Amino acid sequence: MLLSPTLDSIIDNRRRRARRRSLVIGVLAVLLVAMFALTLLLGQSFTPPEDVIRVLLGEQVAGASFTVGQLRLPRAVLSILAGLSFGLGGVAFQIMLRNPLASPDIIGISSGASAAAVFAIVVLSLKGPLVSVIAVAAGLGVALLVYALSFRNGVAGMRLILVGIGVSAMLDSFIAYVLSRAPAWTLQEAMRWLTGSVNGAQLSDALPLVLAVVAFGGLLASRARDLDALKLGDDTAAALGVGVVRTRVMVIVAAVGMIASATAVAGPIAFVAFLSGPIAARIMENNGSLLIPSALIGAMLVLAGDYCGQFLLPSRYPVGVVTGALGAPYLIFLIVRANRTANSP
Amino acid sequence: MTAYPMTACSLVANRVSAGYGDTDILRGLDLAVPPGKITAIVGANACGKSTLLRTMSRLISPRQGQVLLDGKSIHRIPSRELARTLGLLPQSPVAPEGITVADLVSRGRHPHQGLFSRWTRKDDEAVAAALVATKTVALAERPVDELSGGQRQRVWIAMALAQQTEILLLDEPTTFLDISHQIEVLDLLTDLNRARGTTVVMVLHDLNLAARYADHLVAMAGGRLHVSGKPEDVLTEQHVREVFGLESRIIVDPTSGRPIMLPIGRHRMVTEQVSTIPPAG
Ligand SMILES: Nc1ncnc2c1ncn2[C@@H]1O[C@H](COP(=O)(O)OP(=O)(O)OP(=O)(O)O)[C@@H](O)[C@H]1O
Ligand SMILES: [Mg+2]
Repeated sequence: MLLSPTLDSIIDNRRRRARRRSLVIGVLAVLLVAMFALTLLLGQSFTPPEDVIRVLLGEQVAGASFTVGQLRLPRAVLSILAGLSFGLGGVAFQIMLRNPLASPDIIGISSGASAAAVFAIVVLSLKGPLVSVIAVAAGLGVALLVYALSFRNGVAGMRLILVGIGVSAMLDSFIAYVLSRAPAWTLQEAMRWLTGSVNGAQLSDALPLVLAVVAFGGLLASRARDLDALKLGDDTAAALGVGVVRTRVMVIVAAVGMIASATAVAGPIAFVAFLSGPIAARIMENNGSLLIPSALIGAMLVLAGDYCGQFLLPSRYPVGVVTGALGAPYLIFLIVRANRTANSP
Repeated sequence: MTAYPMTACSLVANRVSAGYGDTDILRGLDLAVPPGKITAIVGANACGKSTLLRTMSRLISPRQGQVLLDGKSIHRIPSRELARTLGLLPQSPVAPEGITVADLVSRGRHPHQGLFSRWTRKDDEAVAAALVATKTVALAERPVDELSGGQRQRVWIAMALAQQTEILLLDEPTTFLDISHQIEVLDLLTDLNRARGTTVVMVLHDLNLAARYADHLVAMAGGRLHVSGKPEDVLTEQHVREVFGLESRIIVDPTSGRPIMLPIGRHRMVTEQVSTIPPAG
């Protein structure tokens, strides 16, 4: 076999794959923008595009300023930011632990952040960015706890997942307990902390989330290549020059940071972190890193889930109920299959 | 073609004790890998061969002693830099689900790429050369998990070749391969050694192939280096008995002039010995 025809075909194939990857990501991004536009235009009533644009430009438009500016826009922006964070954080864990079940919302990290947020808000009467900081710290704490509890001669994937599911259940009952003791808690509030919701979203909530996405997302992006190499197994990755432990620590901090920040604002929107990676993997067909596609899918899931919950179902549901109904069958499917093989997302 | 460095690096294990958890598998092992030569490591199952390779490539930190690359402790060398000099093919690597051959082999370029540096023509050339050398060009676009064990093994070797390191450690590179592919892989590693001066260290189970292809043969037993040197000095009836607890005859291979070990079991001898198991019924 000659070198030069091989070289040509290698280069051709690589370029073809790169083009296809850009195309698919481009389509996902366009879809997301289209969904965003739709949620601004169409809710209980239809708002003409020119009114929406005027509101976005900061003009006062009778009627539209409230429905679009106060209701739809904050909700859509928050949905996208939370979805990006959940999608990124989830897929990072799934890649790192080489198992789709190892998503932060399955192994207790979301519940940890959520429990801390509830405690901070309901019991300590805190507000704003401080709640996010506490949620991030609690998320990291739970990650550490689950890791330590499942450590025996190294951490085996399945043991970590089972321990995580247990910790998650305990934290969920803690949330329910705190909420039940709270003086004036509403069903809405409870739903937010148990399954996630973007009800009553405010643009001011978006700021800490933007910061988290930029900082933690940037950290994650800087490790993207090393993270991808971890898919080959720790030994091979290390032999390729990846600092395995360092990469793990940075990925955990970045992923937990994003998940917990989003949770502090929108609650642990059920299964978005868990579903985004596998959906992205289906779409990308093993063509490069899954980080960006998963982020886009996560944002679309939250946006679409919230829209369904508000307008397309017989009664109104928070987004977490809709995504939860989507994710649960897939979770059962994976657990049934896990007896046979453990797979990457 | 991409130029390989021609000056060979020295790799030395100095009184290394290492293991997993609290148990030491390697116990004060000394090994000097001859630069620019082919070294084969043999030894019984579980004697610590893989542990030795993993320690020499920094996957395990020694509890005592150190591993030196060109006189410098490998723990002082940044991981990416180390991976440009020293490559390892683990004993049973796992391929991510659905990854294609070309994609997997491309991963060998990982240590040559910086955070923002783009994939270059040099990377493509290294991948193409590795595919050609391992005769896996025709498989390039196939998913690795749909290949036969032998094809898969050659793909992993291609990945290690694409890394273009001066030292290449291979843990049982010939497992899963049929005899002609085993010879092909060993010939390929020899070519690499002759043409580029690559230092090759490989764990082999077939003593005869080890003796034939190695310049330097190392026999391990119980986490220590039992004996090492030229194949004809190492592969002797006495050493086979000490290392493997096996009686054998050594003859000389007429083609290579290297020793060949013929095991003596308890059966199938021209003068059949009495079995220790009583016949049924
Ligand atoms: N990850 C691990 N954790 C704990 N013990 C291990 C681990 N890997 C290997 N061991 C133990 O270390 C010892 C040496 O193993 P090693 O893999 O180095 O043997 P080997 O000589 O390569 O054997 P083989 O010829 O079967 O590949 C064995 O007793 C094994 O059980
Ligand atoms: Mg071994």
